[in-house]
Amino acid sequence: MDKRHKILILDDDEDWLILSRELLSTLPSHPEVLIANNGKRALAILESEPVRLLICDLKMPRMDGLQVLSIVRRRHPELRTVVLSGLEDEEYRSRAYALGVDLFWIKMEMQSNAKMFNECLESLLGRDDEPGFRGIQSKSLMDIIQMECLSRSSTVLRISRGPLVAKLWLQDGELIDAEAAGARGEAAFRRILAWKSGTFENHPAEPNRERTIFKPVNALLLETAQDMDETAQPLGQDATEQSTHRKTMWKLAQLTREGAEFVISLPPDGMGEPEVFGTRSTAPAGWARVAASIARRLGERLEAGPVLQVAGKNMERQVLVMNHEDKIFLVGWPADADGNLVEKTRKLIASWDS
Amino acid sequence: MGFLRRFFRGRAAVQQLPTGTVTVDRNGEILTTTVSSAYSRNLLRDIGRDVLELFREARSAEMPLAEVSLHFGSLHITARELRGGAIIFLLPQTVLLATPKNSRS
Repeated sequence: MDKRHKILILDDDEDWLILSRELLSTLPSHPEVLIANNGKRALAILESEPVRLLICDLKMPRMDGLQVLSIVRRRHPELRTVVLSGLEDEEYRSRAYALGVDLFWIKMEMQSNAKMFNECLESLLGRDDEPGFRGIQSKSLMDIIQMECLSRSSTVLRISRGPLVAKLWLQDGELIDAEAAGARGEAAFRRILAWKSGTFENHPAEPNRERTIFKPVNALLLETAQDMDETAQPLGQDATEQSTHRKTMWKLAQLTREGAEFVISLPPDGMGEPEVFGTRSTAPAGWARVAASIARRLGERLEAGPVLQVAGKNMERQVLVMNHEDKIFLVGWPADADGNLVEKTRKLIASWDS
Repeated sequence: MGFLRRFFRGRAAVQQLPTGTVTVDRNGEILTTTVSSAYSRNLLRDIGRDVLELFREARSAEMPLAEVSLHFGSLHITARELRGGAIIFLLPQTVLLATPKNSRS
């Protein structure tokens, strides 16, 4: 009897299906690879074949990947699911994880990091042979880290919060390294634990990772929890001034590190004064508010979808207006700033108040 | 036909997104356009006026801009200042838009 696992790939791109089938057939467990170019066909195959793993694209005509996944979750709760998408968007990642997918992978990353992707798939295919429960988790990061350590896991936890991405390296239940927003080691670990929400995924362990954290994880968790409690306590006047000064210094450092010229954050109307860093003029704040209002009004009239950003440029600089939570941010960059400014702005804004 | 209309008249139509280029003068009046004539002229005028307002407000904020762009979920509007008026590029962001083969979805 053929004991090979069956993998089903769902994608509307025929070339990609053929390429993926060739790639996945070379996995060490030699799975049988089935393909479908639309959601209806994929669901029909799942009804008739004992498939172990579904690899699903997101952007497809008629029935998109998220629709397929929500149906699959109800009809085939035991099926492992992987999203393999070209959409590098954290919102889609969160929505996919909320539907209980086991792994979310970007197509470009699959091509550049094929070895790790294959290891993840092998691990998912093999996991059915091991006893255990699975489900959708909504736990604090502290709980997740403690669980991983208690079970003496070796893994890399990739944690994302909007555009911010961090990683924790665990080896035999010990935390050996952390990385977040340019920081490494204990400082990064503390910064990650301050995040209140986000998504996480397990990647294969990296036993050769250089160790930067030597304290036991419980001691670190306790210290961080104490720090967070103290921050939450009402402060005396001196302590408040010190805290405000520290925040100001941190924000200026962040501004300089990212290479931005200025950041202006505007609270909702009537909820306080704009916060201005890197410029003396508050006049651009007025423009940012007008720009956000015009964009919102125009978007509604044209039925063009949500406002992503408003950008402007002249010979000296480029500016971007974006909404984050209930605030409007205006970020100024030098005219010759390189890289993806939208992504850089999004990251800067997401880390601003955290 | 009248019989069918009784059942279907209440259904809202999906609004088309504009695609093409528009030039507007300093008062927001349309000078030339390549946008389909089926698209509402009033909406095109609204786009022109809003874009000019963005340039005007930027000048009064001591931050004159040569180009502004508004990015919506399904439409990108890019406008360049043109001697008081503007040239505006409208580009819908739809899945059916022709994209290079290597930008896989």
